[in-house]
Amino acid sequence: MIDVLIIGSGGAGLTSAIELSKSSKNIVVLSKTFPTASQTSQAQGGINAVISNEKDSIENHINDTLKSSHSLGDKNSIEYMCQNGAKTIKWLDDIGVPFSKDKDNNIAQRQLGGTTNPRACYSSDYTGLKILHTLYDNAIKKDIKFLNEHMLLDFIVVDNCIKGVVALDIKNSEVKQILAKEVIIATGGYSGIYHKYTTNSTATTGEVLSASYRVGCKLSNMEYVQFHPTALKNNSILISESARGEGGYLVTSDEERFTNELGTRDIVARAIFKKIEKGEDVFLDLRHIPKEKILESMPQEYNIALESLGLELDKDLIPIKPVAHYTMGGIQTNIDGKTNIKNLYAVGEIASNGVHGANRLGGNSLLEIITFGRKIAQNIIENNENIEIEDKEYDIFLENKKLIDSIYDLPNILNFYDYKKDIGEMFYNKVGLFRDESSLQSVITNLDYIKDKIKQMGISDKSYNYNTNLKEFIEFINSIELGKIIVNSALQREESRGSHYRTDFEQENPDFEKEIIIQKDENKKVWDLL
Amino acid sequence: MNIKICEQEYTIEDKVSNLLDILFYIKENKNNSLGFRSGCRSGVCGSCSVKVDGVEKLACKTNIEDNSEITPLNNIKVLKDLIVDFESQNRFLTISNSYLNNRNENIITSDDENIINIESNCILCNSCFSSCPIYEVNKEFKGPFALVRAYRYIEDKKEGDISSKIDSIQKNGIWDCTLCGNCNMVCPSKIDIKNDIMKLRNKSVQLGYNDPNLVNNDFNLDFGFNPNQF
Repeated sequence: MIDVLIIGSGGAGLTSAIELSKSSKNIVVLSKTFPTASQTSQAQGGINAVISNEKDSIENHINDTLKSSHSLGDKNSIEYMCQNGAKTIKWLDDIGVPFSKDKDNNIAQRQLGGTTNPRACYSSDYTGLKILHTLYDNAIKKDIKFLNEHMLLDFIVVDNCIKGVVALDIKNSEVKQILAKEVIIATGGYSGIYHKYTTNSTATTGEVLSASYRVGCKLSNMEYVQFHPTALKNNSILISESARGEGGYLVTSDEERFTNELGTRDIVARAIFKKIEKGEDVFLDLRHIPKEKILESMPQEYNIALESLGLELDKDLIPIKPVAHYTMGGIQTNIDGKTNIKNLYAVGEIASNGVHGANRLGGNSLLEIITFGRKIAQNIIENNENIEIEDKEYDIFLENKKLIDSIYDLPNILNFYDYKKDIGEMFYNKVGLFRDESSLQSVITNLDYIKDKIKQMGISDKSYNYNTNLKEFIEFINSIELGKIIVNSALQREESRGSHYRTDFEQENPDFEKEIIIQKDENKKVWDLL
Repeated sequence: MNIKICEQEYTIEDKVSNLLDILFYIKENKNNSLGFRSGCRSGVCGSCSVKVDGVEKLACKTNIEDNSEITPLNNIKVLKDLIVDFESQNRFLTISNSYLNNRNENIITSDDENIINIESNCILCNSCFSSCPIYEVNKEFKGPFALVRAYRYIEDKKEGDISSKIDSIQKNGIWDCTLCGNCNMVCPSKIDIKNDIMKLRNKSVQLGYNDPNLVNNDFNLDFGFNPNQF
């Protein structure tokens, strides 16, 4: 029997796994992709931590984070994260992360938007990549068992207690029941619903949130989606905040600056979007920064612009647009990662433990996943509860087997990929940087319309061997449920705060200084996926 | 634009040249069963490596020309279309001891960090593995990415236990490489793999290891008189 099953193999999941491997617990990591393919690889800018009190203080970090959260942050969680920043960096340094160093051989730090001091530790601009691979190397060292290319279909919950999960083995389309005494969800965010309008990996489709909703998890602040100000205009590839942190400007076609480039992401993104809405083009301008400096501190950005557009950061203006980048909302947890389901934990971007509130500070997400990834594992080891799981075939497992069979029987008259694209565009335009009641209501109407069409959709690949058509269809049908949750949450928050901006309620309203929680009505059956 | 993917020909009407975009276009509009992997779309997750006209590339970072032919990576079992079995990489990394074994108390300087800066950008895309000719004769060859990763930790000034790492890359490792440089040509992270393997050989010799090919004369090469066996 598995003691702890970790769903997701990014920075948060791997950190928990490595920490748990110090105990004698039988742990398994289940991953939809491969560990080093996770979203963490894309984090470029850095990881915030106060590692010296000479010029900065933990108090400053706490205050910057609280300010960015617009009173929706949880002070305890934020304090814990900021106070443990230096410890987290030391842990990463000790397991092998090659942080960039300054001239005094200290870990180098740079300033990201919304912060009062240079606080982001980095490894050139491949910080996430190097952290992720170092974690993976340590997972190999600890001989951690992986179930790669398995997609979570449902959680097995009996009497509000987790018993395991039902997953699809993508390699052969087999539905598997995997029982576990405790489960940690670490599957990342849901920006993928914005489809072509996100910096995220094609894997961040958010079906685990729909699954957690189905078993009664509380979903918190789901309306909070952070838009990154600077993605490439043509393909939504991220140009890291380090470009502005190192002194880059944002300019219009006439080369005029129009906003404080180091403002928080929500304000900068909205300023850019307003220009674009008026038909103007917006560019990132690094031409005043020496090429050597660019190549030294942001080689990845240089390569991305060159390979995607044939443009050079030191010579050309780079056309950009804001796109969905990070989701602050997620499964509500306490500071120990506990959800409202017994023995079920959530950590990282999928969790909402209050460290980001209404807007995430650049550099805080890597800090969150490592700090809380460790904390949750340490708590599980300390508690060491005696948990018994009945070894039998649970109903939800059998239901999922039927569901997969019935997907193969669908007529596939309508192409679901067209609807996936439509949902992405609709979300960008109506659940994007600016929202209002009527546009949000129209999204609900459209999602209901698409939901009614599902039985005319389906898959044309009827094979069982590595059927990505099936995988993507399951992601798609889950995204409709997820979409409605996001929009319902956005409708309930009748104010503007942080990254959630309602043009029909443009001010912060003290009555909404609270989480919006979406939870399944126990008396109502959740809609069937088919 | 015409493109051939795993023996099947497609015509693309849209003006798309990025290979990953083309694969998505075909999957979503022409052949729902087309198998390929994708992820970050920006060259850091290592998921979308394929061969374009016989050369390993990341689909997300490649613009293709008319009549290009796309095939799966070499040396790895094909699961479906362009999808290959990545599971073996764990084994090669495990037997290469490619992780920090024993953190010492050394102070790491900027120069120290620079030594492994490029090597620690490896994204495990398996392009080097696919391009390597050794697998035709030795399936147990640890291969370019595992040796690069071993190098990354052997050269890491934080590592207090270099000898066990050096030992683990002798058999089916650094001496089996022919230094052909194929891997260098295809590495999307621009790692000088061949040079790293040569440096690992030098380091091994310094630590008392010998080139088994010269000792055993396996390849029956005649180097003439060479008192240093170089």
